[in-house]
Amino acid sequence: MASIESTSRTLRRRQGAAAAVPAAREARPVAAPAPGRSVIEFRGVSKRYSGGDVGLDDVTFAIERGEFVFLVGATGSGKSTVMRLLIKELEPTAGTIRVAGHDLGEIKRKRIAYYRRNVGVVFQDFKLLPSRTVYDNVAYALQVTGGTRREIRDKVPDILRLTGLSTKLHNYPDQLSGGEQQRVSIARAFVNHPPLLLADEPTGNLDPETSVDIMRLLYRINRTGTTVLIASHDQTMVDKMRRRVLELAHGRIVRDEATGLYTRDETTREFARRMRAPSARPPGLG
Amino acid sequence: MRLGFFLKEAIRSMRRSAAPSFAALATVLVTMLVLGVFIPIVQATNGAANSVAGRVMVDVYMKTGATAADDARVRGELLRVPHVKGVEFVPKQQAYQAQASQYPQAYALLGSNPLPDTFHVIPDKPSNVLLVHSALTPPGASGGVLDPSIQSVSNKQSDTKKILEVTNLVTITAAVLTVLLVLASMLLIANTIRLSLYARRREVEVMKLVGATDWFIRWPFVIEGMIVGSVGALLAICVLGATKIALLDPLASNWTLIAAPRTIGFVVLVIVLLGSGALVSAVGSGLSLRRFLKV
Ligand SMILES: Nc1ncnc2c1ncn2[C@@H]1O[C@H](COP(=O)(O)OP(=O)(O)OP(=O)(O)O)[C@@H](O)[C@H]1O
Ligand SMILES: [Mg+2]
Repeated sequence: MASIESTSRTLRRRQGAAAAVPAAREARPVAAPAPGRSVIEFRGVSKRYSGGDVGLDDVTFAIERGEFVFLVGATGSGKSTVMRLLIKELEPTAGTIRVAGHDLGEIKRKRIAYYRRNVGVVFQDFKLLPSRTVYDNVAYALQVTGGTRREIRDKVPDILRLTGLSTKLHNYPDQLSGGEQQRVSIARAFVNHPPLLLADEPTGNLDPETSVDIMRLLYRINRTGTTVLIASHDQTMVDKMRRRVLELAHGRIVRDEATGLYTRDETTREFARRMRAPSARPPGLG
Repeated sequence: MRLGFFLKEAIRSMRRSAAPSFAALATVLVTMLVLGVFIPIVQATNGAANSVAGRVMVDVYMKTGATAADDARVRGELLRVPHVKGVEFVPKQQAYQAQASQYPQAYALLGSNPLPDTFHVIPDKPSNVLLVHSALTPPGASGGVLDPSIQSVSNKQSDTKKILEVTNLVTITAAVLTVLLVLASMLLIANTIRLSLYARRREVEVMKLVGATDWFIRWPFVIEGMIVGSVGALLAICVLGATKIALLDPLASNWTLIAAPRTIGFVVLVIVLLGSGALVSAVGSGLSLRRFLKV
């Protein structure tokens, strides 16, 4: 992942406003929540599965534009349910979900596809297309939006370099390791530069070193203005990140630490250094 | 632009999942073969039935003393009878010659011509022959015939009835069989396609989740169905063509059913098979996909 710095510079250049800021000296305020500009808003949301399993139970929370939020909780606590509700793969049993001000319940069937293009998703089970190579899997996310061949040639190799897949372009998903498949899933979710990014266990299959790289990448994406929501088991990772944490237990929100833990804005380089530091050291010292 | 993409997608998916595509192709091939054999047989049978039924007519025999003027008058009267399509006049000399050449010994024994002038009265539809017959033999007036110079009207009621019944039965049976066979073919093809799509339902789900519209997903499948359908039909046509040249054409000269005039033309058959193969497969793919698009 040596090229991460340069590629994400390209990535930022495409994001307009951020382009002027040199990579090493980022000091732009990030995640300054503007009231009433929620990107995600859950209000009294419950999800009961057909078998009677409780997915979510009266969940209310809001995530502001540009935030970087962790969703944690034990297995079966409802993290993936939140993600799946957000892309309208599931419908809530009760309550309303708003994304960028739009009530998801009011999106017409025909418009769902267009809505989904604004949300990048890293699926817990990757959901790659088995009959396509790594390159084509990522390209597909651009093709569905009517991306031109030129656009695909420009963007796909970039994002694949960024995720460290440059040598696997022509492999099929069944020829990849779990971690590599996960990265393809990440690359596909990023390639459109969606304003909202959902990642369900994006580091679940990666070694600690690569996990840091992925987190760094997500952080970079976040600094370009993308709102990021990550579901994770990895407690040490979450603690080190010192970002907002929502904790679910049995489908209910039991913790929402929105403030306090992180006070200053870091560059991604500082961020990475801190993340790599042994967890025994006091946070922020690296 | 888009068409090129969809075409490439269709070809890719056929290459990557060759087995289901091959199964669909084989299904189309077999059903088209069966249809390709069956349709001409039905057509030939219908043709034979129709030509038999077409020969159903009423014969009107003139009195031996009838003059040319009588013949002309009767001809006019016959043409005015409802449901009569045409009238064919056979003068007695002509009838004699025809019969004599057929049975020379029997007619050699007869010195003179015993045959009367005859009108073949042809109804507009074979099923109307009985109506025509009863119109020609009105009860009461001049001994039960239309004109005094008419000797008699052929009375083949039971024969014609039987012929009509049999030909109707043949036609209806053939039609029912055709409909059943076409239905069975469509179901078979649609089912094979459904199975091959079922194997790919996860893929379709993923496509939807990354923001593909229904038609964006559907077009490659429809195109794939069209390709599989027309290739299958094309193969069937090749087999049928070879069979026709190798087997049927030599036989046709001594097997009237095959040479029956009403048999569907081979070109028409090719078009029908190709069109229905491609259409059924394409529509089948498009429709079967609907279930999996509900994500
Ligand atoms: N399709 C489904 N049908 C029925 N029950 C389901 C379904 N999907 C999830 N559940 C149930 O809903 C609850 C929440 O599941 P969810 O997948 O959201 O958990 P999670 O927090 O993502 O877990 P993990 O960390 O293991 O991924 C679980 O009890 C699960 O059994
Ligand atoms: Mg989960």
